[in-house]
This record gives sequence, structure tokens and C-alpha cells, in this order.
Amino acid sequence: MIQFKSISKTFQGGSGPVHALDNISLHVPEGCIYGVIGSSGAGKSTLIRCANLLESPTSGEVLVAGQNLIELSPAELRSARREIGMIFQHFNLLSGRTVFQNIALPLELAGKSSSDIENAIAPLLELVGLVDKRDSYPAQLSGGQKQRVAIARALASQPKVLLCDEATSALDPQTTVSILNLLKDINKKLGLTILLITHEMDVVKSICDRVAILSQGRVIEENDVESFFVAPQTELAREFVRAAIHEKPASDISHQFRQGYVEGSRPVLRITFVGQNVVQPLITQAARLCQVDFNILQADIETVHSKTMGFLMVDVVGEEQGVQDAQAFLQKHDLQVEVVGYVS
Amino acid sequence: MSADAWSLLFESLLETLYMVAVSGLVSAALGIPLGVLLHVTRPRQILQRPLLNRALGTVVNAARSVPFIILMVAIIPLTRLIAGTSIGTTAAIVPLSLASIPFVARIAEGALNEVSSGLVEAAESMGATPLQIVTRVMLPEALPGLIHGMTLTLVTLVSYSAMAGAIGGGGLGDLGIRYGYQRFDPIIMIATVIVLIVVVQLIQSAGERLQARYEHK
Ligand SMILES: Nc1ncnc2c1ncn2[C@@H]1O[C@H](COP(=O)(O)OP(=O)(O)OP(=O)(O)O)[C@@H](O)[C@H]1O
Ligand SMILES: [Mg+2]
Repeated sequence: MIQFKSISKTFQGGSGPVHALDNISLHVPEGCIYGVIGSSGAGKSTLIRCANLLESPTSGEVLVAGQNLIELSPAELRSARREIGMIFQHFNLLSGRTVFQNIALPLELAGKSSSDIENAIAPLLELVGLVDKRDSYPAQLSGGQKQRVAIARALASQPKVLLCDEATSALDPQTTVSILNLLKDINKKLGLTILLITHEMDVVKSICDRVAILSQGRVIEENDVESFFVAPQTELAREFVRAAIHEKPASDISHQFRQGYVEGSRPVLRITFVGQNVVQPLITQAARLCQVDFNILQADIETVHSKTMGFLMVDVVGEEQGVQDAQAFLQKHDLQVEVVGYVS
Repeated sequence: MSADAWSLLFESLLETLYMVAVSGLVSAALGIPLGVLLHVTRPRQILQRPLLNRALGTVVNAARSVPFIILMVAIIPLTRLIAGTSIGTTAAIVPLSLASIPFVARIAEGALNEVSSGLVEAAESMGATPLQIVTRVMLPEALPGLIHGMTLTLVTLVSYSAMAGAIGGGGLGDLGIRYGYQRFDPIIMIATVIVLIVVVQLIQSAGERLQARYEHK
């Protein structure tokens, strides 16, 4: 639905050129909720702004619904933009317009009659749960309500695609959850393709189908969300995953923790698994078969992409051979096992 | 004060209001579009034209640097061309408008700069044309600031009109100078000043009320 074909963007900054995007190719399939995550300055905003050409890439192509935006005339681009909704971190509502009038804006711009506008907005207010706020001004709304208005406004022109630039970053955790649920709902109900950028892994964890990590203007990893959580490939991805599962570093859990192996030290394993029921029998079996004990340092169950996923940190106590066998046993049964360090 | 003095005062008040109202309207009608042009042609704005912007800015600054009293005298030929005469209330409207157009333009530009760039971006993302962005987003969102600026302009025009009065323009300034200064009638002078103060107060509070009506903070 959205395709970035080797796009690059270079800004002429005061202290030389800044390569905000460096040869990025991504494909956002139709109906997908696609997350792009990265640290501050990675180029996320620049990337999402390329999807409706608020920012024109220095080189490369941007295709939305099969149309190459770069080749369009200004008038064609404007009509293409009506098919691409966008919401922002700071909502960007007009303070002098009521909720109703804000949602009406894109329809007014498209020259719709006032009865058409009236008919289009009633169901939108319903959808975002703001029927009773119809005549309020943005200043009278909470952050979450403002973002709901912005979502309704973005949906007013019945777009095929919704772009979300840090849509929940200015909201508290509870409100974030409700906005994310609304986005998920819209994605299901309307079959809307959503491209969102965020620096919060929780957002990816709760609603995304696919995810890409951006670092210094490059995509360093791209995967479906489940695989991403189970087996992150890059160090940055592992950091994001650890942050998302609120994992404490092993060195905080055990004061005898060390990075490298020394004679007689025992490995600390991180075990990642999908589905709650698989791990316990396997751990018990491994303990029995290999004659080791598992000392659980930390355990966490998370819902990722609406699947249950478990994260365990254990230190394995036993004979050296047994410890090795136990590790091999778990791996053989499709658990993701990683040695994060050693304790003695 | 005699009945004659009262009617003189009332007549002068009407002349002042006439000068202020007409030049206020003219300066808004020409100054606000000029302010819009100054704003949208700035670098990184929707119709950026850095050269045009700099040229306009220079002209506006130059116009604003000319002291009003000099401007008034300097443009007498122009005034004659437009108003048919260079003395009287109607003639005073020409220099008053000319002086306040660049003032209003800068004030409007400032009010438009206060409109968050995020709103403009949101409108662009909806496929708005530049004209739609100006009329549907920028001007409505800048309205409280514009009202504030126009209030300021009208108050300034009241005092400028008094100055214009001094060189034969009529109005309260003229009255104050002719009776108060030249014929040394302190009562009329004081009465003129009091009326001016009341006019300014009324403009100011009406402006504030109007601004509050459009400000949804
Ligand atoms: N208009 C601009 N002019 C010059 N440099 C820019 C401009 N916009 C962005 N940049 C630079 O491009 C890089 C990427 O910026 P971008 O805003 O895309 O990052 P981001 O990932 O969205 O960061 P954040 O999480 O802080 O919002 C940064 O180094 C930034 O300084
Ligand atoms: Mg950003």
C-alpha cells in the first residue's frame, strides 16, 4: 500500500549536510499496522513525512496505492493527499473551531456540501466516542480526546492510509492504551493501512503487525512483530525488546554477575517463548533429564501482537555437562535461548 | 462651557471618529493582505520567495521609519490627487492610512507567525491549497491576534489624527490646538483631552471584548 523505494533525504544544516534518510526501502502491505521505531534523531519523522510528501525525498520513489507521489503535479498531489490521513503528536487542531468544525475541515477543503458534511461526521463522532463533545472547543478537551478528534478528522475524507507521527507520545499510559485500541479498531473495521512511528516499544508491542528499526537514517532490521520479539537480530533491537518487557539487566539481579566465563561459573540464560503453556513442562523436563536446577531470576509474561509471550531469566545450577545439555535441550524444543552472562 | 463650545466639541469628535474609522478600514483592507504576503513568502513558508520577502520587508520598514508629521507633508501631492484637496478631514485620511498600512502589515505578520506550523502542516496533509490554508487556517487562527493588532492601530490612529488635525485636518486635535493653544482656552483644551481619553478607552475595551470572544483558550 505504501512503498518507499530507496529514498534518501539530505538536509543542508548549518554545520554541513545531514543525511536524515539514507537509502530506505520499505513496503507497508495493505491492511497492515506497520511500526517504525527508532531513537531520537533517527529520521522517523522525516520518513513518515515522506509518505505524503510533506517532505520530499532528495532521491527515491514514494508509492501510495500504486501512485508515485513524486511524479504528481501540485493539484494531483493535493487530491492524493486526501486519500492519506495523518495524525500528529501535538494533535494540530484548530483552536477556533469546535470538535465538529475541526472534523469538517477536510470535507470543507474538498468542497463538500454542508448536508454531506453533517452526514459524514455523525458516524465519525460515534466511532471515536465524542458524540457529547460535538460543540466543544479543543481547549476544553483532554489530550486523549484531542487525539480522538484528530483521528476523526483524518478519517473524514475516507482515506486508505493513516499516518501517525508519534500519535501517543504526548499522552499518559492509560490514554495511550485507549488511543491504540481505537487505532486497532479502525484498522479492523475499515481495513485501513496504518503506518506509525514511535520511540515507544509498547506501541509496537500492542498494535503493530510489522516493525522496522531506524537508526541514523537506515533501516537496520525489519520483521513481523512476533519474530522481532522472539529473535531480535541487532543490538539496538535487543535493547528495544528488553525495554519493552521491562527486563532488568542481569547485573542488577545478581551481584555475582559477570560478563565472561571463568572456571566454575554458571551461565545466566534468557529464555524467550511464545505461548504460556509450553515452557514449564520443558524446564521441568530439562531439570530432570540433565540433573540441573533452574534458579529463576526474573520472569515476565507479555502480550505481543495479541499472542502471549514469555521472557525468563534463569541461572542454571549443576554439573558443567548437565548445564550444557539443559541448554541444548531447551533450544532443541524451539525456545529462544541466549547466554547473557555468568554467575559464580 | 458654552453651548457653542459643546457643539464644537461634538463636531470635532465626529470628525476624529470619521478619520480613524475610514483610515482604520483602509489600513486593515490593505495592511492585512500585505501582512499575509510578508508571512507566506518567508523562507520555509507555504509560498516562500525569499527575495520578494526581503524587498517587501525593506519597503515596509522604510515606510515605518518616516515620522508621521514628515510623511504628511511629503505626500501632499498624492493626497491632492486622491482626495482632491490637501486640507480637511478627508484629506487627512490619506496620510493616516498610508502610515498605518505598514504598521498593520507588521502586526498581521506577527499574528500569523504565532499560528503553529503544525496546523499549516495538518492542512497541507489534507490537501489544502495555499489560498485555503490562508483563509481557512491561518487567518481564522490568527484572528484574536489580528483583533489585538487592529485595536492597537485604532488607538495609534486617534493620536495620529490629532496630529493631522494640527495642520488643518480637523477633528479633536485641531480643536485643541486652535482653542486651547492659539486662543488660550484651557477649558476646551482639557475637554478635548478628556474626550480623547474616553475614545481611546472605549476602543481598547471594545477590542479586548472582541478578542476574548474569538479566543478559545
Ligand atoms: N528541516 C530540517 N532541517 C535540517 N535538519 C533536519 C530537518 N528536519 C530534520 N532534520 C535532521 O534530520 C535528522 C532526523 O530528524 P527526524 O526529525 O526525522 O528525527 P526523529 O527520528 O523523528 O527524532 P525524534 O524522535 O526526536 O522526533 C535529525 O538529525 C534532524 O536534526
Ligand atoms: Mg520526530
